[in-house]
Amino acid sequence: MASPTGKFGKPAIEHSNPLARTLLEKLDYDQLTNCMRCGFCLPACPTFHETGMEPASPRGRIAMMKAAVDGLMVPDQQFKDQMNLCLGCRACEPACPADVKYGQLIEQTKEAIAEHAHYTAPVKILRNTLFKKVFPKRGSLKLLGGTLALYQKSGLKKMARASGMMRLFPKHLAEMESIMPPASSKGVVERLGTFYPAQGEKVGTAAMFRGCIMDVMFAGTNVNTVELLSAAGFDVHIPDAQVCCGALHAHSGEINDARALAKANIEVFKKLDIDYIVSNAGGCGALLVEYDHLLMQDDHYREDAKWFAERVIDVSTLLVAKGNPLRFAEQAAGQEEVKVTYQDSCHLRNVMKGAHAPRVLMKKVANTEYIEMVDADRCCGSAGIYNVVQPEMAGDILAHKMEHANNTQASYMLTSNPGCLLQMKLGIEKHQPQQTMRAMHLVDFLRERMISSK
Amino acid sequence: MITESMSKQLKAIVGDKYFRTDPEALITHSYDGTPMLQALPDGVIYPETTAQVSEIMKIASANRIPIVTRGSGSNLCGGTTPLQGGIVMVMHRMNQIIEVDMENLTATVQPGVITGHFSKHIEELGLFYPPDPSSMKISTIGGNIAECSGGLRGLKYGTTKDYVLGLTAVLPSGAVIHTGGKLAKDVAGYDLTKLLVGSEGTLAVITEAILKLIPPPKTKKTMVAMYKDIYGAARTVSKIIQQHIIPATLEILDNPTIRVVDDFAKIGLPLDMAAILIIEQDGEPEMVERDIEAIYTICREEQADRLEIAQTREEAEKLLTARRSAFTALARLRPTTILEDATVPRSKIAEMILRTNTIAIKYNVNIATFGHAGDGNLHPTATTDARDSEEVHRVEEAFAEIFEAAIALGGTITGEHGVGSVKAPYLEWKVGEAGIEVMKGIKAAFDPHHILNPGKMFAKETRKRLVIHHG
Repeated sequence: MASPTGKFGKPAIEHSNPLARTLLEKLDYDQLTNCMRCGFCLPACPTFHETGMEPASPRGRIAMMKAAVDGLMVPDQQFKDQMNLCLGCRACEPACPADVKYGQLIEQTKEAIAEHAHYTAPVKILRNTLFKKVFPKRGSLKLLGGTLALYQKSGLKKMARASGMMRLFPKHLAEMESIMPPASSKGVVERLGTFYPAQGEKVGTAAMFRGCIMDVMFAGTNVNTVELLSAAGFDVHIPDAQVCCGALHAHSGEINDARALAKANIEVFKKLDIDYIVSNAGGCGALLVEYDHLLMQDDHYREDAKWFAERVIDVSTLLVAKGNPLRFAEQAAGQEEVKVTYQDSCHLRNVMKGAHAPRVLMKKVANTEYIEMVDADRCCGSAGIYNVVQPEMAGDILAHKMEHANNTQASYMLTSNPGCLLQMKLGIEKHQPQQTMRAMHLVDFLRERMISSK
Repeated sequence: MITESMSKQLKAIVGDKYFRTDPEALITHSYDGTPMLQALPDGVIYPETTAQVSEIMKIASANRIPIVTRGSGSNLCGGTTPLQGGIVMVMHRMNQIIEVDMENLTATVQPGVITGHFSKHIEELGLFYPPDPSSMKISTIGGNIAECSGGLRGLKYGTTKDYVLGLTAVLPSGAVIHTGGKLAKDVAGYDLTKLLVGSEGTLAVITEAILKLIPPPKTKKTMVAMYKDIYGAARTVSKIIQQHIIPATLEILDNPTIRVVDDFAKIGLPLDMAAILIIEQDGEPEMVERDIEAIYTICREEQADRLEIAQTREEAEKLLTARRSAFTALARLRPTTILEDATVPRSKIAEMILRTNTIAIKYNVNIATFGHAGDGNLHPTATTDARDSEEVHRVEEAFAEIFEAAIALGGTITGEHGVGSVKAPYLEWKVGEAGIEVMKGIKAAFDPHHILNPGKMFAKETRKRLVIHHG
């Protein structure tokens, strides 16, 4: 996926190490050269913050990538571990004066590592099931949603917990299980259909990207997103043939699967006459907005990918920038204000540059006081499947996060991404703030307080 | 080389985890913020106390192992690249603010404290630590002391050296010295505190510092003046000082910088301006108002084409955008950015900028200049590509001529970045042969076996001086 290299090309080295060979082939050597090692990325990096060790920083990781390609270092297990320790939050990118595309470099590196990986049998099965069977296929997801719902509703969940069955799983997986929301096989399309018209004066036409985890775990949020958009004056299409965005694949090095999913989505959305493709999950949106980069080398899809990427926008950004003003319930006399705080979605902030709009919206809601959390822009440790594969680092990061969360004394912790939302729920359950705190998607909070004109 | 037994001894001092010789550690401590410079160390060590540093130095001395101390490795002079191998000593674990003494207005800190964190902490206590190098978000106090870092506030408030009152330092022998103290006056012997500030890790390892704090200014006000004639900008700078006004910030951007910044930040800068001055004054409200008014008048007298005074803090931030994005805008142009800090008496800045522009044309290289006009500290910045050796050679030739020009105007080769390895070949141009000999004598007194940061400050060979004809 490397961009056409400049006039200097790549070093002509015949690596004997197979991973080094693949890294040389995949890594964008110009980007590696663009890092001038000023160190400005270090304070932005969560893993550097936790360890204080240069190898766990973006500058350190880029130096190792370049050293591996240049033949200064053999990409050994330690190299792979260090690359996998990266959350992929991309907080280093806005901090970089030279505009180094770190996100692309780490993805190219993970892709190379995945090609040479020898996964243990269970991990292989898990990766295969998730990446090739569950996420790409709508049917499997619904089935998964249905199964989860059955598991949760039938009392099996209670039984599993009571029987201590969950203790058989690693501790962090058991912890995750305990905060999973009720899943459902009924997604947004089953609830609202494939078209939902604008209320009041129409200001544009949007298509909703429903996401796979979102639509199974947080289908209600998807419904609320459509209703908010409609109330702000957007016609909303919800094409049913859309598939997973491919972000989890791309972040795990399964780049070709990600590309296949991107093409499928482009085909679906291209058929609609739309101004915007709306995402309510920073993690999905950040990949959608980079489809043009993902398919840069594909002559057939390059133009359409650009068309797609240009339309991608987060729901909060669209509401603030183009929507008719939403009406929120007035504060009733004698009512006490609720304190609200916000955890940035790294990908919404660092890739989609959408940190401003959520704050604008929260401040508009009557009867709330917005408190900015210290280090709200620092990753919460969720990072896709990071909290499952790197539980220790994720746990350390979450512990620091919850200290800051507690200091806000907020009763609502809002986020803009399902992974962050689950992580915040986990944090609240594990670290028990002094006051009652509820983690919620920003969209749900807004919808709850909006006055419907219907 | 580090033997098995040395490795064991070092691990016994700091713990297994904190002495590393694995490839990952060596690669990630083989560089600093300096372009085109990389050298692998033989080991990396992370001490936690002065006592540990002392024990490490004894072993290093006995075995003649080079020690390169390092904070965050953000310097631009090759100051912390281990050019002769040895052990890189990372001070990050010694990152405590030990004490803030509100009676004596001092802070006692360990060297690994991040400057930005420290400044913020001090501000929260209602006090002020003025040194503000651009890298302060990541650079450490120890690194700032070793390089004597400057920043935007140098003109009015001075630089790091003006805020270091005392030091604890470990000599190569392992002996620990304490210099200065919480003292405004102290003439007991040579001023070793001042000597160690800016010594670039070549004399001793600094393990603790007592810093001077001052009360913060009450308000500040920002303005911008744009000139079609660079001499008008330069005369403005001189006249401001002549009228006994010392602004907190007095920055200049030249025309090549203005073009690059506007292309990057799209803030509608007029591209036909030869220079922009960004001026900030702080202090008591009445004084700030009076000074800004006086400066405004001077700017008008000197034919400033456009003048803007910020009425709110937000407006001020907007005016500062041009200066703040200068480095970023330049860094994005080409893969390699070489940022130098030739410094001249402030009365000579116009001449220095024009000479720099002429030199850039002569060698056909891209150099833009911005910097601290008030203290004459300019940042001629070349954008190039390290892989193009022919162009890089021309850049090096251009910089040699820029250094020569600075010295000819009564200036220096480096105002705040340090000599390191990059400017070592030019040091003699500035301090002379006798100056070098005295410095070498000092080095030998502290470090007889030359184990501290070898290859820095003193070059094997001084670069041949250029013969320049000044028309």
